[in-house]
Amino acid sequence: MNPDAADGAPVVLAARRISKSFNGVQVLFSVNFELRAGEIHALMGENGAGKSTLVKILSGFEQPTSGEILLDGQPAKLPPNGQAEALGIVIIHQEFNLAEHLTVTESLFLGREVTRYGVLDRKFMRAETRRVLDQLGSHVDENALISSLSIADKQMVEIAKAISRDARIIFMDEPTAVLSREETNYLFRQVRKLREQGTSFVFVSHKLDEVMELTDRVTVLRDGQWVKTAPTGILDGESIAQLMVGRELSSLYPAKQEPSVDEEVTLAVEGLSTHYVKDASFEVRKGEILGFSGLIGSGRTELMEAVAGLRARSAGEVSVGGVGVPGGDVHAANRVGIAYMTKDRKHKGLLLNSRMTANLTLQSLGKHGQYGYLSPKSEAEALERARRRFDIRVRDGRVVAGRMSGGNQQKLLLAKVMETEPDVIIIDEPTRGIDVGTKQQIYHFISALARDGKSIIVVSSEMPEIIGLCTRVAVMREGRIVGILEGEEISEQEIMRYSAGLKKKTAA
Amino acid sequence: MTASEDALETKGRGRSWRDVDLRAVAPFAALALLLIVGALVNPNFIGITNLANVATRSAFIAIVAVGATFVISSGDLDLSVGSMVAFVASIMILFMNSGAIADPALMLAAAVALTVVIGGACGLLNGLITTVGKIEPFIATLGTMGIYRGLTTWLSQGGAITLREPELQALYRPAYFGTLFGVPIPIVVIFAVTIVAAFVLYRTRYGRHVVAVGSNSDVARYSGIPVNRVRTIAFVIQGLCVAIAVLLYVPRLGSTSATTGILWELQAITAVVVGGTALKGGAGRVWGTICGAFILELVGNIMLLSNFISEYLIGAIQGAIIIIAMLVQRSLVRKS
Repeated sequence: MNPDAADGAPVVLAARRISKSFNGVQVLFSVNFELRAGEIHALMGENGAGKSTLVKILSGFEQPTSGEILLDGQPAKLPPNGQAEALGIVIIHQEFNLAEHLTVTESLFLGREVTRYGVLDRKFMRAETRRVLDQLGSHVDENALISSLSIADKQMVEIAKAISRDARIIFMDEPTAVLSREETNYLFRQVRKLREQGTSFVFVSHKLDEVMELTDRVTVLRDGQWVKTAPTGILDGESIAQLMVGRELSSLYPAKQEPSVDEEVTLAVEGLSTHYVKDASFEVRKGEILGFSGLIGSGRTELMEAVAGLRARSAGEVSVGGVGVPGGDVHAANRVGIAYMTKDRKHKGLLLNSRMTANLTLQSLGKHGQYGYLSPKSEAEALERARRRFDIRVRDGRVVAGRMSGGNQQKLLLAKVMETEPDVIIIDEPTRGIDVGTKQQIYHFISALARDGKSIIVVSSEMPEIIGLCTRVAVMREGRIVGILEGEEISEQEIMRYSAGLKKKTAA
Repeated sequence: MTASEDALETKGRGRSWRDVDLRAVAPFAALALLLIVGALVNPNFIGITNLANVATRSAFIAIVAVGATFVISSGDLDLSVGSMVAFVASIMILFMNSGAIADPALMLAAAVALTVVIGGACGLLNGLITTVGKIEPFIATLGTMGIYRGLTTWLSQGGAITLREPELQALYRPAYFGTLFGVPIPIVVIFAVTIVAAFVLYRTRYGRHVVAVGSNSDVARYSGIPVNRVRTIAFVIQGLCVAIAVLLYVPRLGSTSATTGILWELQAITAVVVGGTALKGGAGRVWGTICGAFILELVGNIMLLSNFISEYLIGAIQGAIIIIAMLVQRSLVRKS
C-alpha cells in the first residue's frame, strides 16, 4: 500500500459515464473510472466484463460511444492508434510489440532515432538506454538482442520504452501471465519504484493474490457495468472474486475423490530421461488426479511432452495399461490413449484463424468419415456436443478461435483433446489467463473426468490449483522428480520446500 | 484478451452481411468485371469461341496453379514448376521417340504413365529436400528449378525435342485439340482437376491437415499431425499437377525446348494469390485459383483485342494485377 496515493492525490485520468457499443451491442454501460497520480489501480472482472474495452478507450485505441474522458481534469479526446503515447499514455500489451532481431537500444528508440548530421548517434542512444534501465534497476544489457532476453526482461524493456517516452500513465494487461514468481516479484519492485516517482498504473489481471499484493485500489467490472471501486486494503481475495462473478464462490474446487489403492495403474513412466529431464518415474492410477508442481524451468512440461511423444526421450519406458509406447511419436501416444493439452493455447493449441469445428476435430479427424473423407454433419454434431458438454459460449458457431475469449478458447482446447477419447489426460496449466468463473468450471470438468475413470495429470504453477485438485503431487526440480507427496503432506509450504531444494525424497 | 468480442459472443447477435467472406468473392467479382470490360472493348471478345479459346489457353497455368494451391496452403512455395514442365515434357517426348514399344496406343499409355510417375517423383524430390533436408522451400526449389531446367537444356542439347512418330502424333493430338460433348478437352481437364482438388482440400482429412500445417505447424504437431509428411505430399500433388499439364502441353506443339515453361512458376503463384489464397499459408481456395488463372489469360486476351495498349506490356499488366489483388485483399481484411 502506498500512503501517497491517498485521497489527496490529483486525478490524472478519468472516465465519466463511458458507454461503448460494437455493431449495436453495448459492452460498456455508463462506466466511471478514476486514476490518481502515483497509484496502482487494479481493473478486474471476468472475461467479457469489459476490462479490455475500457482500457482501449482510456488509451485512445477506441472512442467511446458516449461519455467523456478527462485528462488532468480537462475533457479530452484521445488520439487513436497509440498516438496517445505523446500525452504520456502507454499500453504494455500482453504480447509484446518488440522486434526480436533488434537490440534493446534500437527497440527503445524505434521510430524516434536520434541522429547527428543525419547519421545515427548510437553512442548517445546507448547511454540514454543505460540510464533508463539503471533508473529501473534493471540489469538488462543495452546491446543485447531482444530475442536473447527472458520474458521478464522483455517486459522490462517495454516498461523502459514507456518511461523513455515520458509515460505518466501505464496500462498493463495481464503482465504476469507469462512470468515466474521471481520474475513477477522483480516486475513489481520496478512498478513500485515508478509509483514513487508519480507514475500511475492500471493493472489488468486475473490473479487475485497479485492484485492484493501490488495495487492500491481496485475497480471491479461485471457484464460491462461498474460494480465497485475500493481501496485494496479493505477487500480480500474472496470478496473481489465475489464482486466479479456476482455470486458466492463456495466451491472453487470440487470435492476430492481418492481412487482406491488397488485401482489399476493406467500410465506408468519408468526412468524417463530427455535432454534436460533425468530419470523420472511415476505412475497414475485410474480415476486419479496427479499434480506436477515445481518452479518454472523445472522440466515439467518437457517431461510431459516426452510422455506424450512430442519430444524424443533418451532413456526410459512409458506404458499405458501395460502396453509400451514408443518415444517421439505423438500419433502412437494418442493411439494408446495419452493426450497432452498444451499450456500455450494460442501458439500450440488452437488454429486462431480457423473456426471452432476445424479446431475441435483436428486431432481426431479419423472419427468423422472413412477413407479420409470428412462428413460435415458428423463434425457439426461433434461441435454441438462439445459446446454443450464444456459450456462453450459463443454467439455464432462460425467464429474463428482467435476471436473467442481466453476462457472459451481453453474450453475448446479441452474439448479438442477430449475428442481423442483419451484414458490419460495431461493438462498443462489448465487455467492460465482465464477468469475465476471459468476456472471453477474447468476444475469441475477435470474432477468429472477423473470420476469417469480417466487418469489425469495436472501441471500447474498455481499452487492453490494443485492443492485443491490433486490427491497426489509430484514436485520437480532441475529436471528431476524430487518428491511425490500424498494426503496431509500436500501443502504450500511442503511443496515449496521440495521445489526450492530444501527437501528431497526418492521418487515413489 | 478481447473483452469487446467476448461481450459480443455472449450476448447473441443475428447474422449479417459480414458473414459473407468478401475475400472469397473478390476474385470472382474481378473476373466478372473483366468480362464486362472485355465486352466493351471488343464485341468479339464475349463470343463463346473466344472465351473457350481463352479458357483452353489458360489450362497449363490453371492446372499447375491448382497444385501450387496445395503447396502454398501448407505454408511452402515451389519455384521449380516451370522448369519441371519442361523437364517432364522432354522425358515424355524422348520416351515416345525411343520406339521401345511398337504399338502406338500402348506406347502412348506407357508414356502417360511415365509422365505421371516422373512428375510425382520431381515433386517428391522437392518435398524431401524441404522437409527432410530442412531447407527453406524458396531455396530448395530455386535449386531444383535450376536442376530441372539444366537437365532439359542438356537433353535437348540447347535446341528442341520434337515428337517424331506421326502415328503417335495423330493419336495424341485430340488430347489437346479434341472436344468432349462440344467442350474442349483442356477445359474438361481443368474442371476435373479442380473438382478433385477442391474435394481433397475441403472434404478430406488430408486437406484439413494441409490447412492446419500452413496455419500453424506447431499446433499441427501438437495435434499429432505428421507435419513433414503432409508438406511432402503437397509437393507430390504439385508434381502430379505438373504432369497433367504436360499431358496437355505435349500434344499441342509436339515439341519442347529449353525455354518451355519459363516464368510459369510466377504465373502460377500469381493465379493462386489473385485467387485469394494467403501466400503465408493456412487458407487455400482452389476455385479462386482457377479464377485467378482465367483472369491472367483474359487480361492478355483483352489487350490483344484492344488497340490502345500494346500487347508487349502484358507482363507489366500482370505484375500490376498481383499488386492490386493484394491491396484489395488487405483492405477487405481490415474492414472485416
